[in-house]
Amino acid sequence: MSKRAFRTISTPAVVNRPLLQVWELSMRFGGLLAVDKVTFEVRPRQIFAVLGPNGAGKTTVFNCIGGFYRPTSGSVLLDGHSIQSLPSHRIARLGLVRTFQNVRLFKNMTVVENLLISQHTQLETGFLQGLFKTPKYRRAETKALERAAFWLEKVNLLSVANREAGNLAYGQQRRLEIARCMITQPKLLMLDEPAAGLNPQETRDLDRLINELRAEHDVAVLLIEHDMSLVMGISDQILVMEYGRPIATGVPEQIRTDPRVIKAYLGEE
Amino acid sequence: MPRHLSEAALVALLAGLLTVPILGIQIQVEGINVSLEGEPWPVVLAMVAVFVARLLQIPLKAISSLVHITHRLSLPTHLPKAYFLGLLALAIIAAAIWPFTASRGSVDIATLALIYVMLGLGLNVVVGFAGLLDLGYVAFYAVGAYGYALLSMHFGLSFWECLPLCVIMAAMTGCLLGFPVLRLRGDYLAIVTLGFGEIIRLLLNNLDELTGGPDGIGNIPKPTLFGLEFARRPSIEGGTTFHQFFGLDYSGADTVIFLYLVALVMTLFILYVINRLIRMPVGRAWEALREDEIACRSLGLNPTTIKLSAFGFGASTAGFAGAFFAARQGFINPESFTFIESAIVLAIVVLGGMGSQIGVILAAIALTALPEMARQFAEYRMLIFGLVLVLMMIWRPQGLLPATRPRLELPVRKEGPS
Repeated sequence: MSKRAFRTISTPAVVNRPLLQVWELSMRFGGLLAVDKVTFEVRPRQIFAVLGPNGAGKTTVFNCIGGFYRPTSGSVLLDGHSIQSLPSHRIARLGLVRTFQNVRLFKNMTVVENLLISQHTQLETGFLQGLFKTPKYRRAETKALERAAFWLEKVNLLSVANREAGNLAYGQQRRLEIARCMITQPKLLMLDEPAAGLNPQETRDLDRLINELRAEHDVAVLLIEHDMSLVMGISDQILVMEYGRPIATGVPEQIRTDPRVIKAYLGEE
Repeated sequence: MPRHLSEAALVALLAGLLTVPILGIQIQVEGINVSLEGEPWPVVLAMVAVFVARLLQIPLKAISSLVHITHRLSLPTHLPKAYFLGLLALAIIAAAIWPFTASRGSVDIATLALIYVMLGLGLNVVVGFAGLLDLGYVAFYAVGAYGYALLSMHFGLSFWECLPLCVIMAAMTGCLLGFPVLRLRGDYLAIVTLGFGEIIRLLLNNLDELTGGPDGIGNIPKPTLFGLEFARRPSIEGGTTFHQFFGLDYSGADTVIFLYLVALVMTLFILYVINRLIRMPVGRAWEALREDEIACRSLGLNPTTIKLSAFGFGASTAGFAGAFFAARQGFINPESFTFIESAIVLAIVVLGGMGSQIGVILAAIALTALPEMARQFAEYRMLIFGLVLVLMMIWRPQGLLPATRPRLELPVRKEGPS
């Protein structure tokens, strides 16, 4: 349905317009105010990190942006259009896709099938064409497989393409989840703790991969992360949250020296 | 050992208590008087049987572990494609030739079995692939059957003209029901569909003017072969019947064989469509949705439309089978569309192995043909049926032939553009 044309290379004018605007976002679960007036902006091709101790409400922010929760108040704009009342699959089609903290792959399907499913929204074949295996249908399937192969190569999973996704090593599953998002050609990729459970080498690879995605595929990245070294290394902007409230925003250098952040992370003397 | 004995005794006692009202009391009819008489022997027998079965549980468990071992040693699942196609062709040819050698009665039963195969295959898509528990499947079957009966009665349309219409009607009914209820999950969906199945049956029963109520609709014409009727005399002036056209003597068996072949062709058609569908993007989406709905949504897949497509497809298959059912019977009434039919079709799917098409076909044949062959045990049919279900759930919950998914594999890459 939403056949997004390939985006043209961003001109400076476009770069200056925020891709995602979150304004005074709040989410209340009964008596608990999980997210309290969070405001931030992500610009095209920016890598934006949300940092904070466990339970700070980072994932809740993600769920609100992605349409999995309906925020109590505040607004979320993608490309200047309000998305906070849309269902999650519509938001995904607008170019905002995410990974999950505890990887959510289709475990009983093969790696390549996982990538075919995420191309579902880009299908160009109809029901009858598939039923009779018309040449057009075959071409579309081949194209989908080629695109899958391209991304598998990118995340270094080509050798396990025909394995069941559930049998992959944890790091591989994480990479597959990112590939599965990228194949939908998103504008904004949201990564929920992508480095959780990865070893230092894998974390470095992830760092490189995220940079590559931005450089080659024009995608902005919004990530939640605990791993300070990863965040400080790749982020353009960082938002720090504590108990649902934003406590600091800025470039990595500012955040590193911000007394409130140090207090939240290391405690007071 | 004494512990086992006492346990077995306790279980036997419980069984005795439970069976007294069912087996222990017999209704005696003498003239116009009906009296109840105690009948101790069946109860005692039941208690002994339960006692022994309980004691034998340990050896039975050993057997069950053996079953598991044989399961692991099951048939090779990935037959070479040519080999598989050859086998399939052989099976189809055998199925097509068989009725000419078999008795009229068995061909008739086989036709019935094929109807259940179609129903099973259709429900298998809904329950097995898409993971939506539908307990009112028979409603769509009824829509197909009544659709054909009414269209042919009021508009004089032939079976072949009605067939696509019935499919469309059943699919539309499916979508109409599905749209509001597919937001529900699991148990809730099951309850709503169960209710829906009953609503359709009650409507059929009570819309006297349209459906004939409990009396049903009779004189439904049988399918024709390119306009040739299977009858002793043509029903319309100047028509030609099959035996006249080919200069044969009239034989009632021709009709039975023809119906069987029609059912076979319809079944093969459904089988083809389903096998294409599950390899198509929509089929992959069904499975993905069953595995993880949230992940699907996060990738832009609309869960409602995907579920609706599975539900609608299942419904249209039932409508397809229903139209044939009406044509075969020549008479339908709401009694044919009770909940027990839904339950049997669901049992076929579960026994065969959810998502496994060969399993479903075998289970459908077993569940329809075996009771017919063993008519002398007809009284125990439901007992055996229940027992089989219980035993299956204990020893082989994945079904007779568990599903092996057709996997789409990335071809090993050659150098250069392919």
